[in-house]
Amino acid sequence: MSVRWLTIIPIIGIFIGVIFANHATPIVLGMPFLFFYMVVWIVLTSVCMAIVYKFDPTNKE
Amino acid sequence: MHKSPMVIIFATILISLILGMLARRKKKMDLEQWSVGGRGFGVMFVFLLLAGEIYTTFTFLGGSGWAYGTGGPTVYILAYGAVAYLFSYFLLPPIWRYAKEHNLISQPDFFIKMFDSKWLGILVAVVGVVAIIPYLQSQMTGLGLIVETASYGAISQPVSIGIAMIVLAVYVTISGIHGTAWTAVLKDILIVIVVLFIGIALPIHVGGFHDMFTKINQEKPGFLTLGNGGMGIPWFISTVAMTGLGFYMWPHAFGAVYTAKHERIFRRNAIFLPLYQLVLLFVFFAGFAAILIVPNLQNSNLALLAAVQKVFPAWVAGIIGGAGVLTAIVPGSLMLMSAGTLIAENIYRPLSKSATDAKVQIVARVFVWIVAAVTFLFSLQSNAAIVSLLLMGYDFVSQFFPTVLLAIFARGAVSKVGAFAGILVGVGLVVYFTLSGQSILWGVNIGFWSMLGNMIVVLVVSAVTRDASSKVKESVTA
Repeated sequence: MSVRWLTIIPIIGIFIGVIFANHATPIVLGMPFLFFYMVVWIVLTSVCMAIVYKFDPTNKE
Repeated sequence: MHKSPMVIIFATILISLILGMLARRKKKMDLEQWSVGGRGFGVMFVFLLLAGEIYTTFTFLGGSGWAYGTGGPTVYILAYGAVAYLFSYFLLPPIWRYAKEHNLISQPDFFIKMFDSKWLGILVAVVGVVAIIPYLQSQMTGLGLIVETASYGAISQPVSIGIAMIVLAVYVTISGIHGTAWTAVLKDILIVIVVLFIGIALPIHVGGFHDMFTKINQEKPGFLTLGNGGMGIPWFISTVAMTGLGFYMWPHAFGAVYTAKHERIFRRNAIFLPLYQLVLLFVFFAGFAAILIVPNLQNSNLALLAAVQKVFPAWVAGIIGGAGVLTAIVPGSLMLMSAGTLIAENIYRPLSKSATDAKVQIVARVFVWIVAAVTFLFSLQSNAAIVSLLLMGYDFVSQFFPTVLLAIFARGAVSKVGAFAGILVGVGLVVYFTLSGQSILWGVNIGFWSMLGNMIVVLVVSAVTRDASSKVKESVTA
């Protein structure tokens, strides 16, 4: 199984998770919850991409 | 009289023009240098050219304006960037490889080579130019607002948009993409500093982040979540999908992909670009703070500048205006250049029998000026919200996505006729919805509906009109 499948996680978080995260409160780190939730997923997208980049054999040349 | 903002703004324009001229020194400006930088750009330049997309006037005024006027749905802007970069990891390397292998210069070249059809290239070029105009218009509306506001009304919006278009056209004619890349460096440094500053200072001015959002939430219940103005969860999902997938379908973004030196650049950039766009958050914070600082503005595009002027001295507004000017010049010049190249290379050349390289280059530069003039006329006519102009352009360019996707990953499933039919149907649906004044249907973005219809048509028509088997090229995903 290719490490590239890891990218499915942020997709689920952003497209499906948002259904459950659509709230203004609690305000976390000074942000309405919806915005905080999206920030978390952006950071996780980056982390996932870093892992994929590291272990994807296409990048080892 | 406030002189300092004007001095700062015009100094910024001058500096970017000088950078543009320095960048072209000692380079022979043939079309390949002019438009794809001789395919020699490294990680840094490609990063900035592609990131130039995030920090445009749209972000600056449109993003804060949306936070101010629309609230919760603004969050889509954060999400679509992440989705676009995630897909870029898979999408861009094969496009780049194909472009390098076949020496492609523009986006329509990709379709022409892939489907062996000059008419498909012409169709893509026309749709591309049509999509660029509202985008360019959004940049110019923003630029006009910045100059008008920063001059405290001394220079009216039509005059400042006119000046802006001329600066942009001169800039592009002289330096091509090298100038854009260098100005992008200056722009991104300045914009990050400015955005962090106002995105923190304005919320603190109204009592800090927590209090600010608590107050907004009490005054306008529901404003900070999805659902405002019919923009609920289905709208969010469809808009993020449509804009995230359409992101690299812009002619200028597609073309910027060709400038890279090697394909790993895109995969590496996919790690950092999502983080880079978190700076946008501070643009939104500034827009939310403006709700409490300057409530009830007629024009939400003005929210950020109006709040800054109320809170800070005039020279701060000048620096912010200067940064704003750069955010319009960088993407604006990329778009203008793409429009010129598209018309010359992909509409004029195939249709004219007497087209020499020298002539095509002249046509490209002439059309830079014509497109600038047309955009200027449109800007005078309409004062639409910057984000809606951008979304309209996205509706159009995202109609390329189904064909590009299939061409790269399942070449056998798409035929020339199928590609033609899909793009025509997609664009036709967008035009129909736009003319009938709809942007959302059953809660879903109309660009998404059009893309869906497009995809179905491509698959069905391709299934019945397979390309002659000898002509089908192998898939480029090796």
